[in-house]
Amino acid sequence: MFRFLRLLGQHVLESLQTLGRASVLWVMALWGLPKLADVPLAIKQVYSIGVLSLVIIILSAFSIGAVISLQFYTQLVRFGAESTVGLGVALTVLRELGPVVTALLFAGRAGSAITAEIGLMKTTEQLSSMEMMGVDPLHRIVAPRLWAGFFCLPILTVIFSVVAILGGALVAVDWLGVSAGSFWSGMRDGVLIGRDIGNGMIKAVIFAVVVTWIAVFQGYDTVPTAEGIGEATTRTVVYSSIAILALDFVLTLVMFGDFN
Amino acid sequence: MRRLNRCLRLKLSFNSGISGPSALFNLIEVRDLHYARGERVIFNGLNLDVPRGEITAIMGPSGTGKTTLLRIIGGQVRPDHGKVLVDGQDVCALSRRDLLELRRSMGMLFQSSALFTDLTVYENVAFPLRVHTDLEERLVRNIVLMKLNSVGLRGARDLLPSQLSGGMARRVALARAIALDPHLIMYDEPFTGQDPIAMGVLLTLIKGLNESLGMTSLLVSHDIHETVSIADKIYVIADGEVVAYGSPDVLKNHSSARIQQFMHGSPDGPVPFHYPADELEFDLLGSP
Amino acid sequence: MRMRTIEISVGSFVLAGIIAMVFLAVRVSGINTTADDETYLLQARFDDVSGLRERAKVTIAGVTVGRVTGISVDAEYGEAVVGLAVQSSIGLLALDTGAQIVTEGVMGGRYVALTPGADEELLASGDFLTETQGALVLEKLIGDFVTSLGN
Repeated sequence: MFRFLRLLGQHVLESLQTLGRASVLWVMALWGLPKLADVPLAIKQVYSIGVLSLVIIILSAFSIGAVISLQFYTQLVRFGAESTVGLGVALTVLRELGPVVTALLFAGRAGSAITAEIGLMKTTEQLSSMEMMGVDPLHRIVAPRLWAGFFCLPILTVIFSVVAILGGALVAVDWLGVSAGSFWSGMRDGVLIGRDIGNGMIKAVIFAVVVTWIAVFQGYDTVPTAEGIGEATTRTVVYSSIAILALDFVLTLVMFGDFN
Repeated sequence: MRRLNRCLRLKLSFNSGISGPSALFNLIEVRDLHYARGERVIFNGLNLDVPRGEITAIMGPSGTGKTTLLRIIGGQVRPDHGKVLVDGQDVCALSRRDLLELRRSMGMLFQSSALFTDLTVYENVAFPLRVHTDLEERLVRNIVLMKLNSVGLRGARDLLPSQLSGGMARRVALARAIALDPHLIMYDEPFTGQDPIAMGVLLTLIKGLNESLGMTSLLVSHDIHETVSIADKIYVIADGEVVAYGSPDVLKNHSSARIQQFMHGSPDGPVPFHYPADELEFDLLGSP
Repeated sequence: MRMRTIEISVGSFVLAGIIAMVFLAVRVSGINTTADDETYLLQARFDDVSGLRERAKVTIAGVTVGRVTGISVDAEYGEAVVGLAVQSSIGLLALDTGAQIVTEGVMGGRYVALTPGADEELLASGDFLTETQGALVLEKLIGDFVTSLGN
């Protein structure tokens, strides 16, 4: 029993220590606003984090939108309410699937890449050598990735939502024969810019901060060996996914909980 | 102005009575250094001096914390106790900003070369120049090509680090380390994993840089022959302390059996071949 | 050259994000569908508006002629005050025009259906509609039914 308590205490202390290190990294990296000279570094990161994630985001968005549309249609057509398919797809995507799925894909595609890249730099002493050259790797390596991550995920989320809705429209209107007018006007009647689109974007921003932070920290905190990088990459994906899903539940509760 | 600064620093060290006039002579002074990683004691009251303009080597069996020592001198690792003076400044007491400033006058050659994998050879060498100076591109180019030329790799400027052999990568890293003409250059195991030709090239380069540019060199290695052939002074470290110090000739004829074993690479001696264990018969036949 | 392509693709990426945002605002949430049209405001008091939302449509004979612009409570009378923006092109409505909250299909959203009256006097902008019928709440109906059975 004592042994168990001691292990538990040790575990809690270790977790706190990790959280402390991660927070210090966060503060040190973002201390002071980014300088103009660092913009090219950040642009490179936006490219490798954002632009290169586009393909998987667009493909998944399209198929998810199409599938939801199909499911809504098969259920709603029984009540003769197939005109609300558009609204159903839009609300599902804007409020939940857009932010969540984009963040999950982002963690798998970009988050793991960030971790592996920084981890490899640490393992091959590139970070140390940068430090020895009088360049702070937190500013040179970590900060541009953090900023790029914050910037890219909301944009990817918007693109995901639009492509998913278009995919839904394609299935519902062009294939299943829902009238285009009722599909789009039903959507316009029910979607509110603040409550639905705005809250979805808030979710995206929060997920962006969390996923990028986890990815960068796991990379920076890697045990500098080959196995270390592998473990860190896995941890990034696992921790990010858990954090996204847990946070999403809380956020949904706060944002839409009082809605009847 | 710079000289004035140095004078002031010197005066400070006089007053604190730690380094005394020796700071004129020594670029690095390590005093009573204690450092432990977890339970394991790495340094236990280590003292050593690195004189200006000479090649000082630190030798010792693997795992004695030679690389850690370089990291402490570079301010990347903070010791538990003790003072490390570089050019009269206590590395352990500097703020992060001052530390980054101090490191501009240090070059370090890492064991893994540590070239930036996403930059070409040219850009790797240009990196410290671009970060720390506002030189025109034409001037940067001249300096980079000169540095690359001095390590014989001017023709390889457009290659990526992944296209270089180990020896070439180390030479590029050396060119990068001397890009800002540092006072001090630290070599972390420069000879490990090099073929004989690359080894010869490196030896010539280290010796040549030291003589032509007047740099102070601190070399960490356990390759005895190579180290002995270029070092002016050698420290042998074991169990967290300096166990022997002197010129290569002095060490070769050292009276201690332990130093003799190390210098000649005998497999058995005061440092036993066997890790401490029960007698073999007991292990094989079972304990009595 | 390589940096150039990167910058161009990042620029297109950001542009795509902006276009997508505009699409969401205009096409999906219909932020300015009624803003284009000239409208005038009417108000109506209902005893129950449950299920009615802002931006729900206002119809006459099934044709959308406006939007619900606001829902508030008049605590003194225990009634809900609903603002209705009606397209000016419809013209002014008779004073005895009725307003009813109805449900679209079995499970659809609620909207306000207007039934123009025959009075010669017309409603001015900002006037209250008096002939109103609130939402039919299924649970309440069932509740009433069960209570009447008990009696």
